[in-house]
Amino acid sequence: MDDASSSFEITINGTKRHFNVEPWVTLLDLLRERAGLTGTKKGCDHGQCGACTVLVDGQRVNSCLMLAVMQDGKEVTTIEGLAAGNELHPLQRGFIQHDAFQCGYCTPGQICSALGLIREGKADSVDSIREFMSGNLCRCGAYSNIVAAIEQARGQL
Amino acid sequence: MKKFAFNRAETLEDAVSAGASAGVRFIAGGTNLIDLMKENVERPDRLVDITRLPLGEVKRQADGSLSLGALVSNAAVAEHPLVRGHYPLLSLALLSGASPQLRNLATVGGNLLQRTRCCYFYDLATVCNKRTPQTGCAARNGINRQHAILGHSQACIAVHPSDMCVALAALEARVRVLGRQGERTIPIADFHRLPGNEPEFDTILRAGDLITAVELPSNDWSEHSHYLKIRDRASYAFALVSVAVALQLDGEYIVEARLALGGVAHKPWRLESAELALRGQRTSNSSYQRAAETLLQGAEGFEHNRFKIELARRAIVRACAEAAKGTRR
Ligand SMILES: Cc1cc2nc3c(=O)[nH]c(=O)nc-3n(C[C@H](O)[C@H](O)[C@H](O)COP(=O)(O)OP(=O)(O)OC[C@H]3O[C@@H](n4cnc5c(N)ncnc54)[C@H](O)[C@@H]3O)c2cc1C
Ligand code: FES
Ligand code: FES
Repeated sequence: MDDASSSFEITINGTKRHFNVEPWVTLLDLLRERAGLTGTKKGCDHGQCGACTVLVDGQRVNSCLMLAVMQDGKEVTTIEGLAAGNELHPLQRGFIQHDAFQCGYCTPGQICSALGLIREGKADSVDSIREFMSGNLCRCGAYSNIVAAIEQARGQL
Repeated sequence: MKKFAFNRAETLEDAVSAGASAGVRFIAGGTNLIDLMKENVERPDRLVDITRLPLGEVKRQADGSLSLGALVSNAAVAEHPLVRGHYPLLSLALLSGASPQLRNLATVGGNLLQRTRCCYFYDLATVCNKRTPQTGCAARNGINRQHAILGHSQACIAVHPSDMCVALAALEARVRVLGRQGERTIPIADFHRLPGNEPEFDTILRAGDLITAVELPSNDWSEHSHYLKIRDRASYAFALVSVAVALQLDGEYIVEARLALGGVAHKPWRLESAELALRGQRTSNSSYQRAAETLLQGAEGFEHNRFKIELARRAIVRACAEAAKGTRR
């Protein structure tokens, strides 16, 4: 793995895909620019906003601070992987029903983060949701509706 | 970001010998290193991926201590039943740091070696002795609200930003390191250094040294400990001042105490004399105030951070009072 490009495989939303990219490509840039999955957003690119949140091997992470090459053999879930065909994911429905966004730029990251949160068992109270969603900023300030959407969805997973 | 070569270390020995060459950096969670590389503060020629090395276990050792593998994530340490049960102070400190996503990535080893968040260290347009030795310190006469009030030098007033390390200092943890000369164990108090004339060195580690684990000695601190973090937001911000405190009580009297401060110096700030000042005393605010005076002896602020001295004093008193009430779980 010495030369400029490395070759590796990542399973994205259930499909195994092969890549050959330079080591400095982040997982975020790989998803957006090489895999054609632009649902995951780039906000700060420095781990500060959570817009780039995806799940790797089931855990929520900031894809902007991860090298794609280091994800060899792992499973990545992005916002594009949540709906079952035309059936929206309960979190997606919850965000729509509770009007949990305005511009929508933070939303894919919020939803992936919320999925991680619910799986961690940390969505049991409003205080806990607020604390454990603090890694996802929303410049439109939709926070109270985001909390309501998560509260609604947590029992439906 | 500067271009770099990349390879994965297959064995511990591989990593140590590769890491000893100039321009090589290990990468674990990447949450600090990639950030600094994007800012061109770190410009390695090669990254060695250590994440597939067998350093991912939390295990109880024969002497009763608990070993946290260098690659265990901050989230996994915080949630581990043995850590929550016996070292709740460490769980609290970890959970007060960064965000859930970052804690899933960040590792024990990387947390120990994270660099300062001094904005001048990050800003290539300014001078910084830590980033480029012998250039000067822009923070000294700059916006130094986040900076040190203890242990700083003419050359550097940066603080170590870790929450985990403050708890480790109070718990008297040990760092296991594998280097070219073999393995060694470093008490946490000696691991990070004060800036002096060489602020470019945060710790006593040298090229090629690989952290393999952190060991927590068995102890009796779990009933009365507290981590208090004071920051600009309720969550997801670095500490202005943080306090790790652990007490052993006999009724209303303090038998033993451990006390460490974060956000105030180039390393977690702990003084035995402050802990001795609590020994045998009643669990009262006046006891805590005396300990605070001792711990903050010699504190000296700068234009924007003098408030930290009084803030630290009050935070110590409050943290001790909380710990005396019993660990919040
Ligand atoms: C937005 C943001 C907010 C944050 N807030 C907080 C906070 O409130 N409190 C807090 O404490 N921290 C905070 N952090 C920092 C975070 O805790 C660190 O970035 C993290 O712990 C670093 O761990 P890592 O595994 O990602 O390290 P990496 O980035 O992989 O590595 C950091 C350094 O350690 C070296 N290294 C890593 N592992 C080893 C090893 N085993 N042996 C030898 N060298 C090694 C690397 O070479 C590198 O120099 C924050 C970070 C971000 C981005
Ligand atoms: S884009 Fe990754 S955290 Fe902001
Ligand atoms: S909806 Fe606009 S940033 Fe959150």
